[in-house]
Amino acid sequence: MAILELNNVTIRFGGLVAVNDVNLKVEEGTIQALIGPNGAGKSTLFNLITGIYTPTSGSISFKGKAVSGTPTYRIAAAGIGRTFQNIRLFTDLTVLDNVLIGAHSRGKWNLAGALMKLSPWVQKEEGALLDLARECLQMVDLTYRAFELSGNLPYGEQRRLEIARALALKPAIILLDEPAAGMNPQEKSELMAMIKRIRETGVTVFLVEHDMKFVMGISDRIAVLDYGEKIAEGVHEEIRQNPKVIEAYLGKGAADAHA
Amino acid sequence: MGDFFLHLLGYVNPYYLQIIVNIGIGIILALGLNVVTGLTGQLSLGHAAFMSIGAFTSAVLTIKIGMPFSINLLLTGFITAAVAALIGLPILRLTGDYLAICTLGFAEIVKVIFLNLEITNKALGLSVPTPNTAIPMPVVVWIVVLLTIVCVTFIHNSRFGRALMAVRGDEIAAEAMGINVTRYKVQSFAIGAFIAGVGGALYAHFMGYINPSDFGFLKSVDILSMVVLGGLGSIAGSVIGASILSAAPEFLRFMANYRMLVYGGLLVCMMIFRPNGLMGGTSFTEMVLRALGRKPRLKIIMEQKNSELTRSGNGDT
Repeated sequence: MAILELNNVTIRFGGLVAVNDVNLKVEEGTIQALIGPNGAGKSTLFNLITGIYTPTSGSISFKGKAVSGTPTYRIAAAGIGRTFQNIRLFTDLTVLDNVLIGAHSRGKWNLAGALMKLSPWVQKEEGALLDLARECLQMVDLTYRAFELSGNLPYGEQRRLEIARALALKPAIILLDEPAAGMNPQEKSELMAMIKRIRETGVTVFLVEHDMKFVMGISDRIAVLDYGEKIAEGVHEEIRQNPKVIEAYLGKGAADAHA
Repeated sequence: MGDFFLHLLGYVNPYYLQIIVNIGIGIILALGLNVVTGLTGQLSLGHAAFMSIGAFTSAVLTIKIGMPFSINLLLTGFITAAVAALIGLPILRLTGDYLAICTLGFAEIVKVIFLNLEITNKALGLSVPTPNTAIPMPVVVWIVVLLTIVCVTFIHNSRFGRALMAVRGDEIAAEAMGINVTRYKVQSFAIGAFIAGVGGALYAHFMGYINPSDFGFLKSVDILSMVVLGGLGSIAGSVIGASILSAAPEFLRFMANYRMLVYGGLLVCMMIFRPNGLMGGTSFTEMVLRALGRKPRLKIIMEQKNSELTRSGNGDT
């Protein structure tokens, strides 16, 4: 079953068509990758799914329900977690607090709960959120950093923390925007294992990535975006040999030589 | 009980008593603004407006209706919070400087309204009778101070408080975590106003006379300075900042006109040497715990859980 479905999604910024008539299905329990040259509209597509932008036309449905037009926080609470291409952590808070904020929508007590902090009900919820946060930190091997300021973590760990924070939402699907950017080969292979582990817990993974080795090594299906249009979709081999994809990445001559 | 306090207060020089109460009211106001500016990151230059709304509301409630003081205080808080929520809904869509200018404008509007309203006696100001409470006013003020500190501390360390800090840190990321940014901004604004309203009510009833001009731009800046001096987002900082800046004008009285120089110099030095404020970046609770050689509760819980996990055989990798 498709957990996430994009139907003829288009968005225009003035005269620029950033995403043009894209159809895409993400199957539940898979790792779906989205690749494409710089400026192809990959991040824009993520922003459309998470409701930061509203599509000019077309529709997006999550678990069979239309989500386009709903506010971002509702979409997140419904079960779409995400990370950002340019890391957006709460840098002045600790690692644990960052993940606890991710777990926000798994709690209920608001202002009244804050004022009744010592009551057993609120304590119980805080305990449950703490458990959840600990699980998520463990998933990305950051438990030992729990009480450090997130802004002080090295780059690779900040990326992992973003994943942990998104996992704390208990999402049905997690969108990873260039999770391997700026990582060394060692970190990348660790990250691959991590993403596979996340999928095993039943979370569908949808990722944008530039590193071909990374994408080929991890994803079940790959979609290719160029100039806002989907030019190809399929499994590794189909993508690798698709002349349109080669052209988009290497230029027209390369595609001819390959054929 | 009331007699006991009255007896006790008899020993205190009335002049010092006045300073002690001023400090208390300063702390209440600073804590309120700290929720808005320190915790949620929304710069407000009109906090004195909420203080004046509280002061005049409670004064009118006392004079016209003769409402008992305790109910009066609460009702005033809620009315002020409602006004803040109403004004917050449109203006909290703005950020940074634009929001600051808007709150500044709002404060001026409130001042002009009170200067022209018949019921608040226009520019002459209102005389407020001393409330007939079982406990003397200075003690009431400090009970409210303690209550405010407790409530604000609870807010800081809760799911609600974490959401506010997320809004301060990064609004887009906060939304992506399922946090309704607008709602939390308005709520924090209303909480800040509630506290300011109560502070204003206490001010009105302790001073016995209020005038719209008492709550101008300078008062707002005063409160903001307390929060900044102490450290944005720090409760202990607000208490210390408010104590220093509420008492400073009295201790610097001998310098007469030069005291504003000292005041300004102090803030400039702060910006250079401790830009995060006196208590910025440190948690008072943690400091005390560390001094006692104990770990924060959260840390203990985490460690317990981790060791349980290692024992059951699937510990950290």
